[in-house]
Amino acid sequence: MTNNQNARTSPAPATLPVMDGEAINRALRRIAHEIIERNPELASVILAGIPSRGVEIARRIAGIIESLGKSPIETGVIDVSMHRDDVGKRAELPRVRASWLPLPLENKTVIIVDDVFFTGRTARAAMDAISSFGRPARIQLAALIDRGHRELPIRVDYVGKNLPTAAGERVRLRLENVDGEPDAVWLIKEENA
Amino acid sequence: MNTVIRNGRIIDPANERDEVADLAIVDGRIANLPALRTPQSAIDEIDATGLIVCPGLIDLHVHLREPGFGWKETIESGARAAAAGGFTTIVCMPNTSPVADSPSTIAWIKDRAAEVACVNVLPTGTISKALMGEELAPLGSLAQAGVVAITDDGRCVQNNELMRRAVEYARMVGLPVFDHCQDYNLVGAGVVHEGYWSTLLGLPGWPSAGEEAIVMRNVLLAELCDHHIHCQHISAAGSVRILREAQARGVKISGEVCPHHIALTDDAIQNFDTNFKMNPPLRAKEDVAALLEGIADGTLAILASDHAPHAKFEKEVEFDAAPFGIVGLETELALFLDLLVHKNKTIDLPRLVEMFTVNPARLLQIDAGTLSPKRTADVTLIDPELEWTFEASASQSISRNTPFDGWKLKGRAVRTIVGGRTVWAL
Amino acid sequence: MTEPGKSETRWQRKDLLGIRELSAEEVTFILDTADAFKEVGTREIKKVPALRGKTLVNFFVEPSTRTRTSFEIAAIRLSADVINISATSSSLTKGETLKDTAKILEANHADIIVLRHGSSGAPQFLAERLRSSIINAGDGAHEHPTQALLDLYTIRERKGAVAGLHVVIIGDILFSRVARSNIFGLLKLGARVTLVGPSTLVPREFEKLGVTVSYDIDEVLPTADVVNLLRIQHERQRKEYFPGVGEYIRLFGLTKDRAKLLKPDCLIMHPGPINRGVEIDSELADGAQSVILDQVTNGLAIRMAVLYLCGGIATP
Repeated sequence: MTNNQNARTSPAPATLPVMDGEAINRALRRIAHEIIERNPELASVILAGIPSRGVEIARRIAGIIESLGKSPIETGVIDVSMHRDDVGKRAELPRVRASWLPLPLENKTVIIVDDVFFTGRTARAAMDAISSFGRPARIQLAALIDRGHRELPIRVDYVGKNLPTAAGERVRLRLENVDGEPDAVWLIKEENA
Repeated sequence: MNTVIRNGRIIDPANERDEVADLAIVDGRIANLPALRTPQSAIDEIDATGLIVCPGLIDLHVHLREPGFGWKETIESGARAAAAGGFTTIVCMPNTSPVADSPSTIAWIKDRAAEVACVNVLPTGTISKALMGEELAPLGSLAQAGVVAITDDGRCVQNNELMRRAVEYARMVGLPVFDHCQDYNLVGAGVVHEGYWSTLLGLPGWPSAGEEAIVMRNVLLAELCDHHIHCQHISAAGSVRILREAQARGVKISGEVCPHHIALTDDAIQNFDTNFKMNPPLRAKEDVAALLEGIADGTLAILASDHAPHAKFEKEVEFDAAPFGIVGLETELALFLDLLVHKNKTIDLPRLVEMFTVNPARLLQIDAGTLSPKRTADVTLIDPELEWTFEASASQSISRNTPFDGWKLKGRAVRTIVGGRTVWAL
Repeated sequence: MTEPGKSETRWQRKDLLGIRELSAEEVTFILDTADAFKEVGTREIKKVPALRGKTLVNFFVEPSTRTRTSFEIAAIRLSADVINISATSSSLTKGETLKDTAKILEANHADIIVLRHGSSGAPQFLAERLRSSIINAGDGAHEHPTQALLDLYTIRERKGAVAGLHVVIIGDILFSRVARSNIFGLLKLGARVTLVGPSTLVPREFEKLGVTVSYDIDEVLPTADVVNLLRIQHERQRKEYFPGVGEYIRLFGLTKDRAKLLKPDCLIMHPGPINRGVEIDSELADGAQSVILDQVTNGLAIRMAVLYLCGGIATP
């Protein structure tokens, strides 16, 4: 994949722990605080999670905001499958989930919530999907991890953790309520043959 | 050139002969061994060790498609396919274009065959004019023109009165009547056996009763007219039972079996492959069992291919729109050997040879099917143990509409001799 | 509804030829996907870009308005370009073979061909020969998979699940592709199926498919959770199958009196077009138990789901 100068010889894929449950929790709290800071009118904010983990992360951020004494914040689900730009290029298709947003969107701030921000294509599809529900005042983007490698002019407004990665590396994220495993983030370095 | 076939197992059911011996052919005729010792000509020696040496096989149910449908098959290509299948005599059906319902068409076929066919080609004429099932064809003129039987094969005379008169008339002119047994009302638009698979796939069903009704009709008419009716391509269990009962009473009725009706069942149509579409259709396991039983007890004493070539573009259409029929000359002997002799042990080799030689020859009243001295030397050499794979692409036939492409088979003809001359050898 | 993240199933078919070839998981997968597309119908903008740049050909060799319209709207909502070809406007009437006509469509870059054809197996015939996705919109008396899927969807939506229900299909089963696809789908999802109708149109042979055959409608109705009434035609070849409409109504019609035998929550379904007063009393067709219009609406979601899945797969 890359023709790096270093001919490294480590045999097995290395799995590096990046965040544990506590670190994830701290990152989400920071995102929650930033959302509160930048949105004085919290009642007009909708957290729209991208299935499956984005929905869980949105739910948790909403919970944190509420626990800080703020009024309950609205959440929604925005599935991007029908809005992706690679339809017809995949050998198999995952399950599409129904989207749901509190309507109307006019004068609202919709914050797209994703687990790992990568190329930006998912965020683009999410923006497209949201606009089919109406015309919000603004759309913002939150992600637990920003691993870089954007392919579109999109940036994350609320980042839990910046995690610079190489092209051959993968980010593995597990959330208790979604995956049935303890919260954790790993960086997996795949050594190519 | 004279020939001696050395050391083969000679099976000649007409003469109740089954022994390892040499067979001599002199001037195109079967001869006694001493006759070979004529000094004037060289002797061609054929080693037949381990092989069956039998009378040339006869297939009395073949569609050669000429005149009229030369893109499917010609008399020449069909005869080549017959030779490759071990057949020295084939009987061709009259559903050509023009239909073989006049002496001139019969003459054309005979002339053409004499010119290009490497095996003996015997024509049949129709029962009804233009196969329409309404008026009698000129059976007497057809007989004089040299047909060996009359049949509306591919169609079936529905009018019982017309059929009765045809049988009576055929008796007078000395021709056996062949019948494709299909009741049009019962069968309707049927394209596959009416049963589980037609129900599952929603394809129009062709009920067994559609064949059995006409077999029964033919029993009654054969009895009424005291003349022979031969029921073609018997497929249904009930037909076997009807034939058995009638034969026990001495009715002049017979039936033939095609290899696909015992090699395959109707589940083969589940992918809508039109190479499994033929008329009558592939039937159920119980029908196959009944056919095997009928072969074992002699009710069904004749084997035939119903060789029915169709071009790829004709078969490559929607299932119910495709023409019925498959090619069969080159797989027929091997399938019957494999299924009847080797696998199911329904019959032994001499019986198989009998069903392919003396039985059809007697029905047709032709001078063939034996190895008696002075008879024309039509001889087939068979290796009953040879294991081989049928490749449709290597077929001698113009058409490739076979469900048996790639089948591994045991036993086949290795040399076909017509009038003392080898017309095909493996 | 299934819990998120639970199923690992992924869609891998480019063609939808019938229900029989699908696994229960695949059937459920389509129904779940249809949930998402039903939601699209509630949006302000009911169109998604999923099949943008794809060309869909509605190739209807046999006439149909309902199914063709449903597929057309579904395709438009998925942003596909749609072309309609009917039997009369195709070269088939000029003697061109189905294979040749289809090859022409493919050469014109038809990505998805929705085929309605009078011959059983015609969609499979095309699927074996073309790279395009083939969607069966009804072939002969064989299958009508999207109709069965929308029926299953409607049942699941109203009853919560299909498994364990007693579904009664009434009418002309022998010539019905709707019946066959429904039988396959219902059995896969664990329903109990009873077929009711004249013995000529409901032969006992169907029991080998795993259903019950009955000729006594009054005995069957009280235990039904769903009754699905098929259109009865008394034309041409059917004259030999039953004596007439009057006798059919007497023996098998869902009249108001008979409807009293039904459980109050039994659903009444009909794939349409309805012969009011024949298969079903007119008032019942519009009554509280009828879900006939739900079927139409759900048909759109099902067809969007099927087009999205089969049309969205990479073709070799």
